[in-house]
Amino acid sequence: MKLRATARLRALIPALALAGCTGWQSAIDVHGASAISLKHLIVVIMATCSVVWALVIATLIVALWRRREARESAIALDPRRQRRMTLAVGGAVAATVIVISAFTVSSFFTTRQLTAAGADDLTIKVRGLQWWWGVEYFGSKPELRFETANEIHIPVGRNVRVQLEGLDVIHSFWVPSLAGKQDLIPGRPNEITIRAERAGVYRGQCAEFCGLQHAHMAFFVVAEEQRAFEAWTALQRDNAVASSDAEVIAGQRVFLSRPCAACHAIRGTAANGKIGPDLTHVGGRKYIAAGLLETTRGSLAAWIADPQTLKPGNNMPMVPLAAEELRSVSAYLASLK
Amino acid sequence: MRTFPGFLIVALAAAGCQREERQLRLDPPVVAALEQIALMPNRISGTPPQIYFALDRPYEENAYNLSQGKRLYSWFGCKACHADGQGGATTEQIWQLAGYVQTIGAYSAKTAAPSRNDEKQTRPAENRAPAAKLFDEGPTPVHTDQGPTP
Repeated sequence: MKLRATARLRALIPALALAGCTGWQSAIDVHGASAISLKHLIVVIMATCSVVWALVIATLIVALWRRREARESAIALDPRRQRRMTLAVGGAVAATVIVISAFTVSSFFTTRQLTAAGADDLTIKVRGLQWWWGVEYFGSKPELRFETANEIHIPVGRNVRVQLEGLDVIHSFWVPSLAGKQDLIPGRPNEITIRAERAGVYRGQCAEFCGLQHAHMAFFVVAEEQRAFEAWTALQRDNAVASSDAEVIAGQRVFLSRPCAACHAIRGTAANGKIGPDLTHVGGRKYIAAGLLETTRGSLAAWIADPQTLKPGNNMPMVPLAAEELRSVSAYLASLK
Repeated sequence: MRTFPGFLIVALAAAGCQREERQLRLDPPVVAALEQIALMPNRISGTPPQIYFALDRPYEENAYNLSQGKRLYSWFGCKACHADGQGGATTEQIWQLAGYVQTIGAYSAKTAAPSRNDEKQTRPAENRAPAAKLFDEGPTPVHTDQGPTP
């Protein structure tokens, strides 16, 4: 009985390890053109390297186990053995050159897809900051542009051109299920193409160590059908919703009269700070603080009350608020759908 | 005896490890104590509170605090008036700003007033005074509301 339990436990370990390869952030569980070809590249390189490794180990074992003849003379004195040795070494060198060249050429063609989208495709700008992502959407007219943060919506089945800009240190934009990595380097505009073949939510993560909270610099790509995407963009373009709820109105007052408005913008109000994330529709985003907490009124209140405990070192200060103020300001932010 | 210089080099290098210790979350009592600035009777100049010296002047001696200060200087647009420490605003602008700033506190009524906000007012208009009676300051923030350090 005990033995069977141990065996079951042992079978669970590889299953658990493999389970880590699926889900909303995985270079193996792919749903975008670029990520699919990158996965092919991973498979081809892994398979080839496994065969090469097996051949090398087999050769090594044979060489170690083979019985040597005691009276073997120097190779140079035996033309037949010399020719055989030259062929073996030459063959191994040629195979190495062919394999490496094939890898180089195929990875060159695969990485070309990283920037497949052109000027005609949907273009968005993503800015990397310590430790969150600013997202800007453009339109055919200037009044159609809007800003959001840490959440990118894209239409399914279309190439999206993501222009990347680092504003403080080097970050890296990585949505493993949709595309490869691309760095955001201060002073050097970069871009990457993302494309989702299937609707869903894909997690992205900063992939270049950028300081204390690098691990908490996540974002989400929401791929949705064209109509849902258009509805989302129309909503995001709008100013913040006005409410008649007394607590929400009190919360807005707190937001505007306390230091919040110095750094954050809420379109439609006097708050137009440009330093922190745009909060016009913060209540409608899935997560706050770059993927740290799910958006709820409670998590908003916890974050405002003590940001340095939840995400030490981030640039949001602890603003002293009375309990009633905290309650109303969190109601206000949660209402901003 | 020959190992002495080597030991000295390692000790000197290790001493550098203490150069920069970041305190990312101030304890609420420290925040409250840091607000106890001893102001001059004109309420402009004064001297830092005792705790500031007890903590070894962390805002002048700590590289992290200094670079956060540099970040805030650029973020909050301080450069617009103060440039790189040599003055950026013109004489006329300084007079205009000083005139407006006096109306924010609004301790006395004026017949002249700046234009109204385009957005919703978050405070009584500048020419309605005395402000102390008109401001609904709401509940007083108390730092201890934020609880002890976890």
